[in-house]
Amino acid sequence: MNKNSNSYIFIYASVMVVLVAVILTSANLALKPLQKKNKENEKMINLLSTIGVPSDATTAADLYTKHLVKEVIINKEGTEISTFANGELTGEKRAFNVNLKSALNDIAKNDIVAMPIFIMDNNGETFYIIPVYGKGLWGPIYGNIALKADKNTVAAVTFGHDSETPGLGAEIVYDAFTSLFKDKKIFNESKFVSVAVVKGGVANQTAVAAENGVDAISGSTLTCNGVTNMLNDCVINYVNYLNKEDK
Amino acid sequence: MAEEKEPMFSPKNIKLLTNPITVDNPITKQVLGICSALAVTVKLEPAIVMALSVLVVLAFGNVIISLMRNGIPSRIRIIVQLVVIAALVILVDQVLKAYAYNVSKQLSVFVGLIITNCIIMGRFEAFAMGNKPWPSFLDGLGNAFGYAWILVAVAFFRELFGSGTLMGIKIIPDSVYEMGYVNNGLVILPPMALFAVATIIWVQRSRNKELIED
Repeated sequence: MNKNSNSYIFIYASVMVVLVAVILTSANLALKPLQKKNKENEKMINLLSTIGVPSDATTAADLYTKHLVKEVIINKEGTEISTFANGELTGEKRAFNVNLKSALNDIAKNDIVAMPIFIMDNNGETFYIIPVYGKGLWGPIYGNIALKADKNTVAAVTFGHDSETPGLGAEIVYDAFTSLFKDKKIFNESKFVSVAVVKGGVANQTAVAAENGVDAISGSTLTCNGVTNMLNDCVINYVNYLNKEDK
Repeated sequence: MAEEKEPMFSPKNIKLLTNPITVDNPITKQVLGICSALAVTVKLEPAIVMALSVLVVLAFGNVIISLMRNGIPSRIRIIVQLVVIAALVILVDQVLKAYAYNVSKQLSVFVGLIITNCIIMGRFEAFAMGNKPWPSFLDGLGNAFGYAWILVAVAFFRELFGSGTLMGIKIIPDSVYEMGYVNNGLVILPPMALFAVATIIWVQRSRNKELIED
């Protein structure tokens, strides 16, 4: 058989492509439930870590149920349109299942606000946890910001990224950076300013008050700008909700 | 004509395994895979993860190509090789996502880099297309180890002097910083990876004159 004839090449290529497609599809289908569970676990681990509860893949689900007060979805006015507490759902959807990326898209394109917020407690202290999502240098960055009961002071943040530069932008996930956010404030005299990541050191400039800014990482200006924008663009949707007196 | 069976670890096969680690190293002798050597060596951990992933893809890819070698139409062999690499990389990534989620998060950046790693295609083309599966497997392992140790050596140097840490753990004590020591920011930038690789090449060639090209 002539291995360089056109028909052989066409048949060979078609068979190979179909075979590879079948292998990859079945691998993906077979592993999907496990991958989905890993993603959910990761989300719970991140939420728990912002309130200071360490957990791993085996304990996350139980600890999450234990510490959760309620999951809320809010609208533009800051009114709760959907809540989930003690295993009971009021409204349409659990905040846990909101896809933040499409929720932010809805705000930008259709002006429809349906943003998730998680209220959790640890040792009697209440935390308001806002998930955030934005653009880094190479790809998406995301995270959670936990506010203390005064709905102003930052208790903790976690960040994650898909493809920031190792050693530079990727450093945003580590304690050295995230611990800088602790005790910063998102309001400046009742005006929302978010927490900004500042180049050249917070102490050396005047544009951002010390309690509203953290130091950037050298060599990662664009990722750090991404973090600033992400925090501002996400948290701003919650200002009405946070300003409301407890109902 | 009775074919004499070659023992599995004949001297020739051992050479396949050891040569790429030393005298025929893919990075320092063949000068392949430089791009990924620049990209992933800022920290030790991603370098190790990358080296392991390349090991899996290269060893199994070599075997698969070797098994297919008599059927591949030579006019589309590069495409066939790429499909095998891409399929293997995606498969590795899927399995890691399911069973070793944390490692897969480390790896995510490098998946694309593995597919474009010239060492893998270089070995497919130069070795697996013309040899039996077992020698191809050894050749894949050898080249992956050769790639791995250079990567780890460069990453060790860059993380230690660039960030003062190893595997994220602080090595250089605070007292040294108080005496005025500063991490060398230049080491983190890509050009320093080239300097480091060049230094290894220089040392290797001055110790073994046979490696010097005219």
